[in-house]
Amino acid sequence: MNADYLSSLIAVVVLGLIAYAGVAMAGLNGFFGVFVPYLALVLFVIGFTRRVLGWAGSAVPFRIPTTCGQEKSLPWIKQAKIDNPSTKTGVVLRMFFEVLLFRSLFRNTRATLNENGRLSYKWVLWLWAFALMFHYCFLLVVLRHLRFFTEPVPGFVKMLEGVDGMLQIGLPVMRISGVLLLVAATLLLLRRILLPKVRYISRPADYFPLFLIIGIAGTGIFMRYFTKVDVVKIKELTMGLATFHPAMVQDGIGALFYSHLFLVSILLAYIPNSKLMHMGGVFLSPTRNLANNSRAVRHINPWNHPVKVHTYEEYEDDFREKMIEAGLPVEKE
Amino acid sequence: MNDKGMIIAGLIIFFTIFTFPIWYNHGAAAPPPEPELSQKAKAAKTCVEDTAYMRTEHMHLLNQWRNTAVRDGLREYTGKDGKTYEVSLSNTCLDCHSNKEQFCDRCHNYASVTPYCWDCHTYPKEKM
Amino acid sequence: MVDIPKPEELIKKTDTPLPSKRWENIPADLSPGKFCYPTKQKSLEYLDLPTPGREWSPADEEWPLPENWQEIIHEGFKERLEKYRSLKVFMDICVRCGACADKCHFFIGTGDPKNMPVVRAELLRSIYRNDFTTAGKILGKIAGARKLTPAVIKEWFSYFYQCTECRRCSVFCPYGIDTAEITMMARELLTLVGLNINWILEPAANCFRTGNHLGIQPHAFKEMIDFYCDDIEEVTGIRIDPSFNRKGAEILFITPSGDYFADPGIYTMMGYLLLFEHIGLDYTLSTYASEGGNFGLFTSADMVKRLNAKMYIEAKRLGVKWILGGECGHMWRVIHQYMDTLNGPADFLEAPVSPITGTKFENAASTKMVHIMEFTADLIKHDKLKIDPSRNDNKVVTFHDGCNPSRGMGLLEEPRYVIKNVCNNFYEMPENTIREQTFCCGSGAGLNTEEIMELRMRGGLPRANAVKYVHDKFGVNLLACICAIDRASLPPLMNYWVPDVGVTGVHELVGNALVMDGEIERTSDLRFEPLNDETPEGNKGEADE
Repeated sequence: MNADYLSSLIAVVVLGLIAYAGVAMAGLNGFFGVFVPYLALVLFVIGFTRRVLGWAGSAVPFRIPTTCGQEKSLPWIKQAKIDNPSTKTGVVLRMFFEVLLFRSLFRNTRATLNENGRLSYKWVLWLWAFALMFHYCFLLVVLRHLRFFTEPVPGFVKMLEGVDGMLQIGLPVMRISGVLLLVAATLLLLRRILLPKVRYISRPADYFPLFLIIGIAGTGIFMRYFTKVDVVKIKELTMGLATFHPAMVQDGIGALFYSHLFLVSILLAYIPNSKLMHMGGVFLSPTRNLANNSRAVRHINPWNHPVKVHTYEEYEDDFREKMIEAGLPVEKE
Repeated sequence: MNDKGMIIAGLIIFFTIFTFPIWYNHGAAAPPPEPELSQKAKAAKTCVEDTAYMRTEHMHLLNQWRNTAVRDGLREYTGKDGKTYEVSLSNTCLDCHSNKEQFCDRCHNYASVTPYCWDCHTYPKEKM
Repeated sequence: MVDIPKPEELIKKTDTPLPSKRWENIPADLSPGKFCYPTKQKSLEYLDLPTPGREWSPADEEWPLPENWQEIIHEGFKERLEKYRSLKVFMDICVRCGACADKCHFFIGTGDPKNMPVVRAELLRSIYRNDFTTAGKILGKIAGARKLTPAVIKEWFSYFYQCTECRRCSVFCPYGIDTAEITMMARELLTLVGLNINWILEPAANCFRTGNHLGIQPHAFKEMIDFYCDDIEEVTGIRIDPSFNRKGAEILFITPSGDYFADPGIYTMMGYLLLFEHIGLDYTLSTYASEGGNFGLFTSADMVKRLNAKMYIEAKRLGVKWILGGECGHMWRVIHQYMDTLNGPADFLEAPVSPITGTKFENAASTKMVHIMEFTADLIKHDKLKIDPSRNDNKVVTFHDGCNPSRGMGLLEEPRYVIKNVCNNFYEMPENTIREQTFCCGSGAGLNTEEIMELRMRGGLPRANAVKYVHDKFGVNLLACICAIDRASLPPLMNYWVPDVGVTGVHELVGNALVMDGEIERTSDLRFEPLNDETPEGNKGEADE
């Protein structure tokens, strides 16, 4: 057992119980149903904006793309236009593949040393697959939740729900994305717990968000398929939140819903203060979002300042006699 | 390189998408739906189970009914209060809840639920 | 000097299980053989850099830190967070997915968890969190923050001089986090408190004064080149008489000092000289800008600029049209990604056009400096060279992509095209060890120093292992490279892991193959080794040593 993930697990369980008890025993529906979500939203918007503006405020002194293919050079040499872009279009494509398809993770290899002392590198796609599954399921789940925040529910949300429920398992119909989100988050967690290298580098800041998301997905699934909550009343509450006319729905929702909402609120407020900011940062990585054309187009460094250099005159002063003796041309005889 | 404008534009796009519910609803929450009971339902006072249970579990119960009736051929359901009902959407449920639009659809639409009951069953004729 | 274990023992030690202690609780090992020697005072003084005030050793318990060292580091860190978005973003967004862990040659070769790129960055990140983030200030250790102590400084000194800034990790990182950037920043911070290594700063000081890292003075530079011309004459019968500091030449040629100082770089130099003679290029060499490389890159951005400035200053003074650069790795990182920004615009030069083929090097239109691989590949494509590749028939060649040309530029096909045209026997190493996935020689970024030989052999293991693979499979006996650091660091690496493989620059192979006008019949290559023309066809592809 490892204190890092145990403490994170306990933290998430306790947070869930606080909201549950707060509603079930102390009747703090308004606090957990309205105040906390709004507070979380404010913290998220302010925190996220500050972080991104903080990055924007830092200079990009050099054009330093990591080039992952052939540069643009002679016309007869085929350039890797996406992995080593020289144009804006190329950069946009590179970012597209990076952000939406996790291009770099797709390269992942595993190095092993065999008994003959030979190193080999195997292409391994597990991390890429888990990550892709996790992020897209999360996105789908978030989009599907728009049904609680819009009236009338837009067509695209209904369409996503239809696709997501196409297996028609059970009633209410199983949403594939929700289950897969839980599975993917669990796989990512198991990876951290079971693989020695990943375990060695994992810290509470890695386990906590995973447990939090597992908690969110878990409570959501539990509500939908097992304990059941009154969806219409929940939507009354969430619509109140979305329209800034918070409705005090006191009864009938079920305390588990407040656990779910509270964990979501925690996640929102946590994002700007954590590694989860990679959702914004991935767009601003200078090794990915710049074109590799720094010899063709000059890049401007806003803080480029003069430095002390050793001028040719100083150099010649140092070595003039030796230069003359060796027959090297000099400026001053 | 000055990309601040682009970054701020990106932020605005992100928050515009993020706050979709706020501007989509124009700040006004549609009133929550109030399913209307038909005269017959009102008269019956209670469904096969109590109202709270029916609100959250009716889909589960319907699913069960479908399975027992269609697959197992069992056509009898005994409620918690001991009463026995015929397991049948058309003959039992729709007998009282004959007003699909005012009863079923109001909540289903509000919660964006698309039941597949009507893939096989025909709509009940609207009658109040 | 500390003895290093035999290869067969060392390789067993690379696969050690991870320690049970957390990395935060393991102090850096600074016993002899585990660290680079610190910079001598006089070099720091010459470059106006902060000095520790006394000679010291990393093995000392007490390090000579200035009184307000914590403040200096904090302020320096803050300044760099504003100056480098890379640093700020990379400090914030790592998710510790672990994709980088086994991509680092030092981790593969040492098994030391702090050599996983993610942990190397955490060494800095933990201080960042403590000093600059709300979460770190409130939650401390739980948020992965820790206080800046002398032990942290020692750890930085140990591990940021165990990174060769090769960028392999950044290829695999889903956010492109580049440990080279992080190492550069950490080295800048250490330099602020007077801590850095002699193998970097002494060459930098030399370069500032004499124009090249090795401290070769102008007359000696000329003598050396003349000496290689003598050798060329002996092999080919052709007398070459290159010009120095000549005003009005069309092209200024700049190459790393390793190319005119030591074996096997000098043969590459002879290759350049033969090539230029062969095509009748109007070029000159400079004694003032006599260094292609730039050890400033391993010190600070300011030092990059100070050393690099000479190229444009000299090009302007001599009135050349454009600059041609020799085979080198970090030199090209600087020229390609830094030079124009720092010391440009080079509006006194012209957009480079090959005087032989008329090709416009559009990719170098602003910086006005062309890589010799681009230049030579273009010559061969236009059939401007008379080549007899059979003169390289006793060589079974593979090619080592330099870290910087491959991941900081993308110069991948040009050298291959040239090699394939001047050699008949060429074999690629396995695909996960070449091109953008190439492995470092283990001695880049200023670590090519004797006192850490074991670390270098460990760091070079993945490269050597891939060479061994093609050596065993195809009989490869020569490792070609386009980097002066490689030419200095790969021979001991090969000698240790794959003793039958030699090291060459690509232009040495070109020089061997070039059929010069009026040359005598060649009986030996540029190393005075017999051409071995008698090798029967069937024996090709077998190691002959």
